[in-house]
Amino acid sequence: MEQPVLNVSKLETHFFTDDGEIPAVDSVDFHINKGEVLGIVGESGSGKSVTSLSIMQLIQAPGKVVGGEITYKGENLLTKSEKEMRKIRGNEIGMIFQEPMTSLNPVFRIGNQLIEGIRIHKKWSKKKSWEHAISILKLVGLPRAEELMNEYPHQLSGGMRQRVMIAMAMACDPEVLIADEPTTALDVTIQAQILELMKKLNRETNTSIILITHDLGVVAEICDRIVVMYSGKIVEQGKTSDIFQQPKHPYTIGLIESVPDVRVRKDRLYSIPGNVPKPGSIQKGCHFAPRCSFAFDKCFEEDPVLLETGSNQQARCWLHEDEKKAAVLERVNS
Amino acid sequence: MAEIAPQKQVNVSKQPDEEVISPWREAWKGFRRNKLAMVGMGIVLFFILLAIFAGVIAPEGINEQKLSERLQSPSASHWFGTDDFGRDVLSRIIYGARISLWVGFFAVLGSAAVGSLLGLVAGYYGRLVDTIISRIFDIMLAFPSILLAIAVVAVLGPSLRNALIAIAIINIPNFGRLVRSRVLSVKQEEYVMAARAVGMKDSRIIFHHVLPNSLAPIIVQGTLAIATAILEAAALSFLGLGAQAPQPEWGKMLADSRSYIIQAPWTVFFPGLAIMLTVLGFNLLGDGLRDALDPKMKK
Repeated sequence: MEQPVLNVSKLETHFFTDDGEIPAVDSVDFHINKGEVLGIVGESGSGKSVTSLSIMQLIQAPGKVVGGEITYKGENLLTKSEKEMRKIRGNEIGMIFQEPMTSLNPVFRIGNQLIEGIRIHKKWSKKKSWEHAISILKLVGLPRAEELMNEYPHQLSGGMRQRVMIAMAMACDPEVLIADEPTTALDVTIQAQILELMKKLNRETNTSIILITHDLGVVAEICDRIVVMYSGKIVEQGKTSDIFQQPKHPYTIGLIESVPDVRVRKDRLYSIPGNVPKPGSIQKGCHFAPRCSFAFDKCFEEDPVLLETGSNQQARCWLHEDEKKAAVLERVNS
Repeated sequence: MAEIAPQKQVNVSKQPDEEVISPWREAWKGFRRNKLAMVGMGIVLFFILLAIFAGVIAPEGINEQKLSERLQSPSASHWFGTDDFGRDVLSRIIYGARISLWVGFFAVLGSAAVGSLLGLVAGYYGRLVDTIISRIFDIMLAFPSILLAIAVVAVLGPSLRNALIAIAIINIPNFGRLVRSRVLSVKQEEYVMAARAVGMKDSRIIFHHVLPNSLAPIIVQGTLAIATAILEAAALSFLGLGAQAPQPEWGKMLADSRSYIIQAPWTVFFPGLAIMLTVLGFNLLGDGLRDALDPKMKK
């Protein structure tokens, strides 16, 4: 099998708050291959963003990565010094954030912000960096690239700013691009354009993309594989097509169910009852059990492990331990 | 990227009216509409010009004593009258602008530089560093500022330079706390996180991203602080701890002439007026700058 570009194993990121130690990311394992698009899906508070920040080593106090390994090109990022990490950030692993409106420094021209990263990592002259930045702006589909370089962020629309952010993250040609809810703050037509752009960049530059989102529509659009997170844990992972056709975890089923379908007229959109539990509040059993309509005794007693449910598909659910119970799920599912 | 290269020539044309608007230019547009602020700027500019061209404008030197013309009331030859040594009050006030502006400007520059740096460090790194720096500020602010200034001058010895140092020191915590609180909010902005995600060093983030975004309140506070610094310098000189005779410092002039307030009120009135006008000018300018640079603080 191909060696993954980035491999996360047993990642534990805890927050040390006044209420005690809260496991925001709890023993998370996943990997991403070269040129792959991986989607990390989950509701707010499921630990998606903390996972991505952990990879970048940008977790701020009171949070701390307390265990696990993040292997990038055969090296464990968690043992690297801050100085070594700085060489990786932006250069090897790029990141884009949710809020394009606030992700650009309002007092600097676009060009000056774009070339900052290029100059740090590539050590090019200002002129060469400037020209490279223009070519990247064109790559991300921005018109009038030369003029944009001299403009201020407030003169750009949200979609354009997000393109600038992508340009900034792509400027040093990173191996992996982490996109933390890149389309959430944008309106739907712009969302589609940005996704199209990311797909194009993935195809043309063979950059691996980790796409963090709560929007299953986004995932279906461009991801090869999906990791579903719930309450700091991975509850299901597998190929996008498999998961959409055969979701194995009741949570994933619920998520897919709650996507509006314009073809079917419904009075009320389905929603999973209850809320994501506060991390650390559930001590025993499956974290999803209180909201799960399939839950049985064992679910409240023992935390399930990730069980193989098909080729390259796993789900953290006791239903799949037992053929008969799994069959019930299948029926409901279909 | 090769496919895009030929387009390069096409996009060069630029509409002449499409000017790039920097945030500073935007602020200036707002500032110009503010009449009071423009008046303030006028007063400040007036005193600055007075200070620069004192040698040309002043009718007489600062120490030209004409004992035959002691304590003369304002007249065509001495617009602001003369003092007890027969010196022209107008000339001394014009030269005094140099001293007051110099003290105000450099004292504030010093406290802004030191205070901002401490505030940046405290706000950005937080934790123990923040605790230590903030507690030092608290201790300094626990003293009435003029008392602290007097103590500093008492240690250093009375002179104009030491008064300047004292004023600079007592204003440090004001800037420090202002910048610290600003940094705490700027630090949370996503562009700071984005800068870290690009691989930027802390020092670069502090000076390239956090400081420029904290500049507006520093400028506003700086302008207002010049007014206070001028007032404090005058107060210290009045108490005999700042400028020494025969320096034509306005506070010193007040102190020297106060025994003639009944006989020759102009010797007290005009230096006092000069102090009041400069302070008013800087305050109006500072308020105007605040309205222009920080629209959120507008009432």
